[in-house]
Amino acid sequence: MNVDLYERIWMWGVGAMLAVFFGSTAAAAVMSQIHPPSHIETIDPRTALSDPRFKHQGVRVDASGRVHATVVGLMFTWMPTELILPADTPVTFHLTSPDVIHGFEIVRTNGQAMVVPGYVSQFTTQFAAGEYLVACNEYCGVGHHTMASRLKVVPKSQWQAPARETANVQ
Amino acid sequence: MSSEAIKPGLSTETPSRDTPRDEAAGNRLIRANIWVAVTAFGVAAAMAMMQAISRANLELPYRSASMYYMSVTAHGILMALVFTTFFIMGLGWAIAQKEIGAVPWRRAGWIAFWLAVAGVVMALATVFAFKSSVLYTFYPPLQAHPLFYIGLTLLVVGSWVWAGAMITAWRRSRAARGGRPVSLAMHATTANAMLWLLATLGVAAEMLLQLIPWSLGLVERVDPLLARTLFWFFGHPLVYFWILPAYTIWYAVLPREAGGKLFSEPLGRMVFALFLVFSTPVGFHHQFQDPGIPAGWKLLHTFNTMIISFPSMVTAFTIVASLEVAGRLRGGTGLFGWIRTLPWGNPVVSSVLLACLLFMVGGFGGSINAAYALNSVVHNTAWVTAHFHLTVGSAAALTFMGACYWLVPKVSGRDLELSLLAKVQPYLWFLGMALFSFTGHVAGLLGLPRRVFATSYGDAAQAHAWEWLTSISAIGGVVLFASAGFFVLVMVGTMLAGPRREQAPIQWAESLGTPSEGYASTVWDRLGLWFGVAVVLVVIAYAIPLYDLLHLTRYGSQGFKPF
Repeated sequence: MNVDLYERIWMWGVGAMLAVFFGSTAAAAVMSQIHPPSHIETIDPRTALSDPRFKHQGVRVDASGRVHATVVGLMFTWMPTELILPADTPVTFHLTSPDVIHGFEIVRTNGQAMVVPGYVSQFTTQFAAGEYLVACNEYCGVGHHTMASRLKVVPKSQWQAPARETANVQ
Repeated sequence: MSSEAIKPGLSTETPSRDTPRDEAAGNRLIRANIWVAVTAFGVAAAMAMMQAISRANLELPYRSASMYYMSVTAHGILMALVFTTFFIMGLGWAIAQKEIGAVPWRRAGWIAFWLAVAGVVMALATVFAFKSSVLYTFYPPLQAHPLFYIGLTLLVVGSWVWAGAMITAWRRSRAARGGRPVSLAMHATTANAMLWLLATLGVAAEMLLQLIPWSLGLVERVDPLLARTLFWFFGHPLVYFWILPAYTIWYAVLPREAGGKLFSEPLGRMVFALFLVFSTPVGFHHQFQDPGIPAGWKLLHTFNTMIISFPSMVTAFTIVASLEVAGRLRGGTGLFGWIRTLPWGNPVVSSVLLACLLFMVGGFGGSINAAYALNSVVHNTAWVTAHFHLTVGSAAALTFMGACYWLVPKVSGRDLELSLLAKVQPYLWFLGMALFSFTGHVAGLLGLPRRVFATSYGDAAQAHAWEWLTSISAIGGVVLFASAGFFVLVMVGTMLAGPRREQAPIQWAESLGTPSEGYASTVWDRLGLWFGVAVVLVVIAYAIPLYDLLHLTRYGSQGFKPF
């Protein structure tokens, strides 16, 4: 196939651009362990609200000192409706839904995950101090635009940590 | 079924058995498809304007949340599935007719047409009755009326007949040309038909195995994650099903209309073959934020997605080079002087040029959506809506409008009516889309979720930043509606009342520097082979994650109708 010289140069250029994309994505994934939320765990949506994993929603600190937030999304609210978390501290979120699919989005952060009934979503991130809106970004019915909660992130020194658990629950 | 036999050894131009009666009958089928496309487009555009105004918190009569979500559902179905599919089928029939002298499978084509129309009417009736406000992604456990799923399935079944006819036309043309390649337009349409057959397997499985039995009450629960996976198996190649016909126009029509020649036809053949290969094993980049799918498989789909930008970037070079040829032939000089001499007043050309410009922005935005890490910042925000209004809503839709200005006179034997409106229309679309899309991208980066009736979130501080953006976006929506209205007026005027006059037949763009004996077939013309490669890649990309998903302890969900 006879291809024009300029077009050849262009194609090599595009190839080089793709190599950069590949390399940077792979480097971020492998070296910095940056991955989208991809936790694999199932749960019966009919009993999710009484399941030991989700019966108590809110913030807890596990035996090794890590901070966890357990949130349930249901038509049309996030439970709990307010979370208070320490700044600049990795927080692991655990989410599920007993009804339809919701989208957990902490506005203007990279904290988000799809919340699919029958599954447990999980991601870990950290925040700068401030007050954040938590919206639902997956259409879930006629009240979708009202589904929201608040996240208050306070400086670590002002954060009243819940009592540390004695054994690792998860 | 028509049974025209093409004599082997036919040259590349007009085949033999092409009687005016055959052509008139074929044109009727083409026009019928375009009528449905234009009608769907007009209705959907009116709904879109109301949505844009509603989202800016302006009171409209009958404004309510349930009206809004019903309207978003209808808009998505009408634009993304009805307007596009019917236009693409109409264009395909026209390309096949030009290729082999008559529309192949004409009677089956009419059955497919009425099947698809009946399906669309059925599905939309349930939407307008407020029984199926599940949006065009119809994720369970939101549950629509059974006729919603059955109707959409009929639309797909109709399109399968069309795809079979396209492949038949391609085979007949290949046989007739004896070793010479088919036209680039036929090659592209066939690649698209094959891509469509592969892609729709996902949505057909979702409909037949999950949603239809579930909505009829035959099964109690379905797994929403499996449904999402099957949907996006279909949902991303769907965007190439829209884009490839636009590219077909860019390669095969634009250079001639602009007064030039196609810069590199052989690479065009490679481009369409590559789309066939790489468009399907990419669906997980729509599911980055989903649980239940391992990160490694999401990463593989990310790489596949990046590869698809290669044929698009090759296309960008070829199209710009072809336009430069045109501009210079029209007397343009200097480094950029050829841009000025392009026929910007010809709506066929201007709509495609403006579509290309918007697509450049849309393409870059798309690579951000598909970026493994960046997706967490933009997923399901207004950014995404803004993005695909540049791709399907501009690169595809605006090209289709320009293509209608080119094709409808040829298949109706009438001059374009209201041609002044046609001249203005592409520029209005460009302006409206710039307003709508730019503000949407910014609002998305500021966190505004997509598909929301209202944006105040109980007067949340972070929501204030979105207000001025949704207002400008609403102005964009009004401009877009004016543009859409002009297009519909021109189409209806032309098809009903355009002055009857003999029209020039379809002629594809000439290729620059074609060897005197014509091009020989290359490996890129062997679409059957590339279809096979595509199947292998799909198996590699999906078999293991799907197997693992099916072997989890899954509970499934009953249906919910919160609308």
